Amino acid sequence: MSRIDELFAQTRGEGRGALIGYLPAGYPTVAESKELFAATVDAGADLVEVGFPYSDPVMDGPTIQAAADTALRNGFRLKDLFDVVESVANRGGRAVVMTYWNPVFHYGVDAFARDLAAAGGLGLITPDLTPDEGSEWITASDAHGLDRIFLVAPSSSDERIALTTAAASGFVYATAVMGVTGARETVGSAAQGLVQRTRVHTDLPVGVGLGVRSGDQAAEVSAFADGVIVGSALVTKASEGTDAVAALTKELAEGVRRPRA
Amino acid sequence: MTDTTPQSRHDPDARGHFGDYGGRFLPEALMGALDELASEYDKAQQDPEFTAEFQRLLSGYAGRPSLLTEAPRFAEHAGGARIFLKREDLNHTGSHKINNVLGQALLTKRMGKTRVIAETGAGQHGVATATACALLDLDCVVYMGEVDTERQALNVARMRLLGAEVIPVGTGSRTLKDAINEALRDWVTNVDTTHYLLGTAAGAHPFPVMVRNFHKIIGEEAREQMLAQVGRLPDAVAACVGGGSNAIGIFHGFLDDTDVRLVGLEPGGKGLDSGEHGATLTQGTPGTLHGALSYLLQDEDGQTIEAYSISAGLDYPGVGPEHSHLKDMGRAEYRAVTDDEAMDAFQLLSKTEGIIPAVESAHALAGALQLGRELGPDGVILVSLSGRGDKDVDTAARYFNLVEGV
Repeated sequence: MSRIDELFAQTRGEGRGALIGYLPAGYPTVAESKELFAATVDAGADLVEVGFPYSDPVMDGPTIQAAADTALRNGFRLKDLFDVVESVANRGGRAVVMTYWNPVFHYGVDAFARDLAAAGGLGLITPDLTPDEGSEWITASDAHGLDRIFLVAPSSSDERIALTTAAASGFVYATAVMGVTGARETVGSAAQGLVQRTRVHTDLPVGVGLGVRSGDQAAEVSAFADGVIVGSALVTKASEGTDAVAALTKELAEGVRRPRA
Repeated sequence: MTDTTPQSRHDPDARGHFGDYGGRFLPEALMGALDELASEYDKAQQDPEFTAEFQRLLSGYAGRPSLLTEAPRFAEHAGGARIFLKREDLNHTGSHKINNVLGQALLTKRMGKTRVIAETGAGQHGVATATACALLDLDCVVYMGEVDTERQALNVARMRLLGAEVIPVGTGSRTLKDAINEALRDWVTNVDTTHYLLGTAAGAHPFPVMVRNFHKIIGEEAREQMLAQVGRLPDAVAACVGGGSNAIGIFHGFLDDTDVRLVGLEPGGKGLDSGEHGATLTQGTPGTLHGALSYLLQDEDGQTIEAYSISAGLDYPGVGPEHSHLKDMGRAEYRAVTDDEAMDAFQLLSKTEGIIPAVESAHALAGALQLGRELGPDGVILVSLSGRGDKDVDTAARYFNLVEGV
């Protein structure tokens, strides 16, 4: 049982969704990003996604694009990623990395898995790597005991959901809407249907992301999903500092704990 | 993933791999649309009505077949070799881009989609896409880097005249790469109604094989014309390579003629040592960008390096996966041509033959001058003159100081 499996066993036992918070490593600087991650861990994020700032983030909206640009301009390097992951682990948090594929491919898939595991990372979310091209990563993640979190989308056919969930471990990342990352007024109505379609094919926990920004939305999503993923809204708060990030995290952590209707 | 059926030994495998390259590296949200496109393209290829309609548009609208023109006065500067130009510049909209655009626009209709998005660098693909959308009554949005909207302002006006919406892209390097990023973001949001009409033989499967097949008529015509007009095949075929669509189109006519050298000319910019270039195949390493594994200009962390070229159509840090495969197999060779070499060839063709080439195509012409000197007086070289230079007059005027005060 991986530490992510243990986490979801615990939150399922408590009858609530897990809170999963995303921030880019190195935003606005490496040192400040460690403080921001520490704030989210301390304020109740069950799992954090450490984002890799990448030059061509095709699945990200303006908020995360701008944050990645800032991190890169401030000198973020790949080795800093492992450093940030280690800081989360040392704080008592659980960290997975979310990254576009090329930096992993370029580093060497097995070497990346080895170094991520050594830093205390628990797995990898791969927005532009599907199981179709994932054989090297599947081998490496098995070798180094990492979870591989693949994505499903409202446009995924049942056949593709079956293929994706069969290759995934830890949890399945369900994108709530068709589109890029970014806080939205409403979480897509497609999300609940997608979670239901995904559960037909797997017992893995299903986390829902893309658009969640408030405690109320977190409660709404937590009612039908195993995990609530918050990205852009936290990144926006990160530009205001650790107090703002901690305050939003607390609100979200309260949201996922509201009694399910 | 829906498998496509390889039609020839030069086709990728069922999942879009050319040797080690190609494939699909894009978000899951787009896999359905890629499957649909691959499946619909497969059916269209087998459908006589579709192929007849495509041929009708190529001949009755785009103006195919394009001419093969010998360039003897230009060739005097190439060691006495004979040089023949495949005149894609004479196509409607002024470049080879129209071939692929008409094919994909017909597919868009076939899939019941009503909206087309596209990226453009120099504006040639954007103009061609806007043209096909006007012809076939499709809504059209073109993403174009802000740097390119400035240096190709006339093409922005052309696209708008044709009814397209042009959206300047201000993120990243504000050139072609970022226009593609923005188009992908649009596509993932609007995929139900929208076809992404990618302009080069790159990206995720099935784009590289589909775009190549829409352009392979360039090479098929050129091969027949060489045999009919010259009585022999060329010793070498020269074509510029940004993403590589005109090159892969003309190369394909000669892939099985193993004595014919296939030479791709990449933008060497201010020189390979300067770091300011777009010579992906000669200077890059394998990596994923925009959906495919291929050669890529990247730094030690796998971040994409911004490409540079005087030509807006060539400054792209990636390249189509089939070129990477042809390079590794040794079937095609790739070299870099600097801005200065390309502009010299641009001026030379204009003054010796009365043909103003696109700055992109001028890279192929500069390569032909080199090849001619290497081959000697018996050499015969075929050049893909992929586009006309009307759009580049402003660039040339600045480069050569042709207009007072510019």
